[in-house]
Amino acid sequence: MELTGAKIVIQTLLDLGVSTVFGYPGGAVLFIYDEIYKEKKLTHILTRHEQGALHAADGYARVSGEVGVAIVTSGPGATNAVTGLATAYMDSIPMVCITGQVPVPLIGNDAFQEADIVGITRSCTKHNYLVRDVKDLARVLREAFHIAKTGRPGPVLVDIPKDVTTQITEYVNRSEEVKIRSYRPNLKGHAGQIKRAVTLLKNAQRPMIYTGGGVVLSNASDELFHFTEQMNAPITNTLMGLGAFPASDGRFVGMLGMHGTYEANMAVSHCDLLIAIGARFDDRVTGKLSEFAPHAKILHIDVDPTSISKNVHVDIPIVGDVKLVLEQINKQIESKSFQKSKPDMTPWWQLVEEWRSKDSLAYTQGESAIEAQYVIQKLCELTKGNAIVATDVGQHQMWAAQFYDFDRPRRWVTSGGLGTMGFGLPAAMGAQIAKPDDTVVVISGDGSIQMNIQELATCLQYKLPVITIILNNGFLGMVRQWQEFFYERRYAETDMSHQPDFVKLAEAYGALGLRAKKPNEVEPAIKEALASGRTAIIDIHIRPEGNVYPMVPAGAALNDMILL
Amino acid sequence: MRHIISVLVENEAGVLSRVSGLFSARGFNIESLTVAPVGDGETSRITLVSIGEDHIIEQIIKQLNKLIPVLHVADFTDGPHVERELMLVKVAAEQAQRAEILRIADIFRSRVVDATPSSFTIEVTGDVGKLDACLALLMPLGVTEMVRTGQVALGRGDRSMAKG
Repeated sequence: MELTGAKIVIQTLLDLGVSTVFGYPGGAVLFIYDEIYKEKKLTHILTRHEQGALHAADGYARVSGEVGVAIVTSGPGATNAVTGLATAYMDSIPMVCITGQVPVPLIGNDAFQEADIVGITRSCTKHNYLVRDVKDLARVLREAFHIAKTGRPGPVLVDIPKDVTTQITEYVNRSEEVKIRSYRPNLKGHAGQIKRAVTLLKNAQRPMIYTGGGVVLSNASDELFHFTEQMNAPITNTLMGLGAFPASDGRFVGMLGMHGTYEANMAVSHCDLLIAIGARFDDRVTGKLSEFAPHAKILHIDVDPTSISKNVHVDIPIVGDVKLVLEQINKQIESKSFQKSKPDMTPWWQLVEEWRSKDSLAYTQGESAIEAQYVIQKLCELTKGNAIVATDVGQHQMWAAQFYDFDRPRRWVTSGGLGTMGFGLPAAMGAQIAKPDDTVVVISGDGSIQMNIQELATCLQYKLPVITIILNNGFLGMVRQWQEFFYERRYAETDMSHQPDFVKLAEAYGALGLRAKKPNEVEPAIKEALASGRTAIIDIHIRPEGNVYPMVPAGAALNDMILL
Repeated sequence: MRHIISVLVENEAGVLSRVSGLFSARGFNIESLTVAPVGDGETSRITLVSIGEDHIIEQIIKQLNKLIPVLHVADFTDGPHVERELMLVKVAAEQAQRAEILRIADIFRSRVVDATPSSFTIEVTGDVGKLDACLALLMPLGVTEMVRTGQVALGRGDRSMAKG
């Protein structure tokens, strides 16, 4: 059938199985929005800022595992989307962002609301397209989805000039057919490398499993659990990997890295085999590279060849989809001969338990000032560890990572790579739309929440019962912590104590506003918000100069930790 | 170490900027870069020269492969290959020096492609060493302008890059 470009956009999305898009209209996308208006099968969520639309699509993708879709207009709409794209790119989140563009004849003429968004986003998207001919439109959109979700996932941008949305061409549904001759990700692990890996696994006396967001992205939690069971090795997760392995399992030693547990960092520093799975040796994980896992051979499984030996030399690389490679490895290590020839893990576990007994996350909740850790622990207890938790960036993010125990993947929504403040609330909206029956909580700070607080209106419009907990210390807490430790307490521009009354602000939006200033007010406030079924903000005044411990200073070795 | 890397790409808008943007964004070095459509015109071949330690070059090759429109990447440095560069040099040629310039051009099997009463323009083709040597002799005579294409290369033997 013959359709306009605008109709092709919507029809292709529907044929690809998209049911929800997040966006913000504008001049260049008017024809697309006209089709959205007419199409009842596609739900559009109107955010209050384009950045919010991108983060919402991102949150939607993280919890559902599907490709998140955002639509924004040209120029400022597109540039507002950049932070959302960069956030998704750093965390490998499958997303497609459709941007309007000025009509083809005006491109390059500095037209009203023109921005070279393909040029701008080249380095923060997995790929991007400018569609100059309506005949390419459906194919490009299909390719965009294919690229976004296969291999190492990532955001793809499709820039569509306004005149292309009015032109007419023949449309045929070909959702399954995507062939890009220059793009064929390697998914299955090389058999020879698997064999070499199994030999290493068999001989390791002090194996340590280190897993990242790749396990979540490839839906490999079951395979990882089985692998860890067979290996009977301690396992640590990166910030992005939390939930991929149950925190309640005894083999889990917590997060590693800058704010990782003592036992996780010590185990990495002392292991003789580091098994890195879907992780990329980020500087926040490794600390000083020359002293990272100094006694270990390194086995690295990752779908992206560029992640291998980028920061740390890898002894046995296996390029492939984490799920498939773990299946391949699991088949071999299940055998009796493997299990029989494996060294006894008892001495290694004794060491790990010794480190664990240091209880590096310990804190004391006194009578007067509220400790942030206590709030997260209460939240975890009251939600039975079952909430979807989104965060912004800073101290509250690290406390949430340390104290909320995730037993399942895709419940933890945080900007790990880019570290985007203002991510939490919009991402939580996307998560709530993907999982309408689940409890969704944002853990934020008084700094971060103000970066996208306008999205409260979106929550109210769509009746999303997202609960935002503001850990309010009147500071940009993480920067203040660094200033305290490394800049002789010169608190340059980190005092945020001039702030709105968050309770009244919540009420102004039509949300429930609650406050806790004393430890005994925390639990009732969280309970009330959970019971209300409404969009809620809980303003919790925590000890102003509380710090995140343990801490590995930037550039120091992992075993060189500041403990409380 | 100096590496000559060939990149076969889809001949589409923006592909050169993806490749060059990758180098600037990741702080990789480019000594020279040439590009032109090849074969059926659907593909272009980029030849670039980069200097870096082995792990940097390995990362460059992986990152190039990761770009969606890139079909093949080959590093010619380790294997037998032919490399060529073309240089045009304009030399001030007053009466007293004209014979000397022509002699140098002859030694390097280069050609005079333009001449005026006071200048010669010489075309030299070869590997980097030959071009540099020729230039070293011409420089003292008064080079007024020059241009080099950057290197191109093909592997020796029957194998072709596209067929791996």
